[in-house]
Amino acid sequence: MYRVVKIEEIIDEAKDIKTFKFRDSSSPLPGQFYMVWLPGIDEFPMSISHIGVMKGFTVKKIGAGTSAMHALNPGDKLWIRGPYGRGFEIVDGTALVVGGGSGMATLAPLIESLPEPDVIIAARTADELLFTNRFKNANVHLATDDGSAGFKGFATQLAAKMLDEKKYEMIYTCGPEPMLLGMVELARRYDVKIQASLERLMKCGIGICDSCSINGYRVCVDGPVFSEELFSMDELGRVRRGPSGKKM
Amino acid sequence: MLSVSVNGIQFRNPLILASGILDESGATMLRIARAGAGGIVTKSVGAKERAGYGNPVVYELPHERGIINAIGLANPGIDAYGEELRIALQGGVPIIGSVFGSTAEEFAALAKKMEEYGVHAVELNLSCPHASGYGMEVGVDKKLVREIVSAVKSEVQVPVWAKLTPNTHDLRGIAAAAEDADAFVLINTVRGMAIDINARRPVLSNAYGGLSGPCIKPVGVRAVYEIAREFDTPIIGVGGITTGEDAIEYMMAGASAVQIGTAILYRGINAFREIAGEIESWLIENGIEKVSELVGMAQVR
Repeated sequence: MYRVVKIEEIIDEAKDIKTFKFRDSSSPLPGQFYMVWLPGIDEFPMSISHIGVMKGFTVKKIGAGTSAMHALNPGDKLWIRGPYGRGFEIVDGTALVVGGGSGMATLAPLIESLPEPDVIIAARTADELLFTNRFKNANVHLATDDGSAGFKGFATQLAAKMLDEKKYEMIYTCGPEPMLLGMVELARRYDVKIQASLERLMKCGIGICDSCSINGYRVCVDGPVFSEELFSMDELGRVRRGPSGKKM
Repeated sequence: MLSVSVNGIQFRNPLILASGILDESGATMLRIARAGAGGIVTKSVGAKERAGYGNPVVYELPHERGIINAIGLANPGIDAYGEELRIALQGGVPIIGSVFGSTAEEFAALAKKMEEYGVHAVELNLSCPHASGYGMEVGVDKKLVREIVSAVKSEVQVPVWAKLTPNTHDLRGIAAAAEDADAFVLINTVRGMAIDINARRPVLSNAYGGLSGPCIKPVGVRAVYEIAREFDTPIIGVGGITTGEDAIEYMMAGASAVQIGTAILYRGINAFREIAGEIESWLIENGIEKVSELVGMAQVR
């Protein structure tokens, strides 16, 4: 069963990234996601970027479905089901939050729920950085691959420097899988706990079709946020599956 | 107490993972085996890689009545599936390789491949209700069903299970056409659909799908009861089994074992262990020593 929600506001956030604000009475946790259906076009998973009564999806244009969503206007409707999946578990203590690209959309409501986290907002280049001015409660560090803003280099390189300087209780991260794999390796090396939100090709969203599974874990139900399991996931950042289930 | 034997294959309990649910990747099947399943049927695999339908592929009925799905026989193709089976077989429970095709030759070749990969039996998908040219469309053609079962039987040594469709007025006729099979699997999903009235269009991208879950249990129990009266062939019951009582009902109708699918949506992967516990409790309360004593117990002759 879908709920129909009306888009009340659309905000240009960064290159090819827009936020769609809507009212919905569900109560998601940071890290949870919804399935968004555009009738006649596509249905895809979307993590929640703004929680509360006025909610938001922050969407990067990547395929047919998200491109169609970018063409919508305020007043248009979205069909949604959810929230689904396991969100972030907020633990006491110092937190390092590392978001790559549109992965920041997933992390944003988490950051706002943490007392005073250190945050790395990373992207390939400056105009892809997301939510650089959103957080009042966080120590924000920027990183770009090309050095056009903040630290020049990968998020993992900046994270390693910060881990050298300070003892963290928990790393929270979301972004491209190679970056997540790098963060898991850092968590192991620095002996810090980690939670990472994964994204995989998803069909049913409710834990029965096996499309999004990684090492036997269903991203849609067992995740999308994983913690201890990450250390044994040898498919992370290495093996993906296409719509047929074939390894790529 | 819970172990059963079907075609000489020993299952530690009668609860087998149904085809199409959490059985695309080897690692997931291994996890299901470790979570207490008595056996596992693989995703239906064809000769070639197939992406299946676009989203939405599933529609969830309110109040846990069931789901309608049209995944569209997505599968990596038989050549790529050996690697998944190699992992799944480490679980130590019997694995039944499900195959689909459109001709007897295709079924036979796929079954042979499955046998080479080490499966304990093969299941012929003669019943998927939402794929053009496959499944149910093949499975209601009695002449073709006879040819397929016969061709597969002469190609492989392992037992051959025929999964039949409930979407017919002539289930007995189809079962008769499949009588060379070593077991019947009853039932596949019931062809159905859902329309979103706000979108004013079908929900599933394929429009039509297969209905599963608690709402189809009476159809499945009826099919098992009806076929068990007329055939000596062992029956695997499937369709809406969510609790131990549901499984017992199917076995009393005549099923030697059962398959579980949609229940995982409602009870998680622990469904197997929980349902097994529920069966065991019922057997103890009712003074029955072995679950196999239930088979056909409710048949009124």
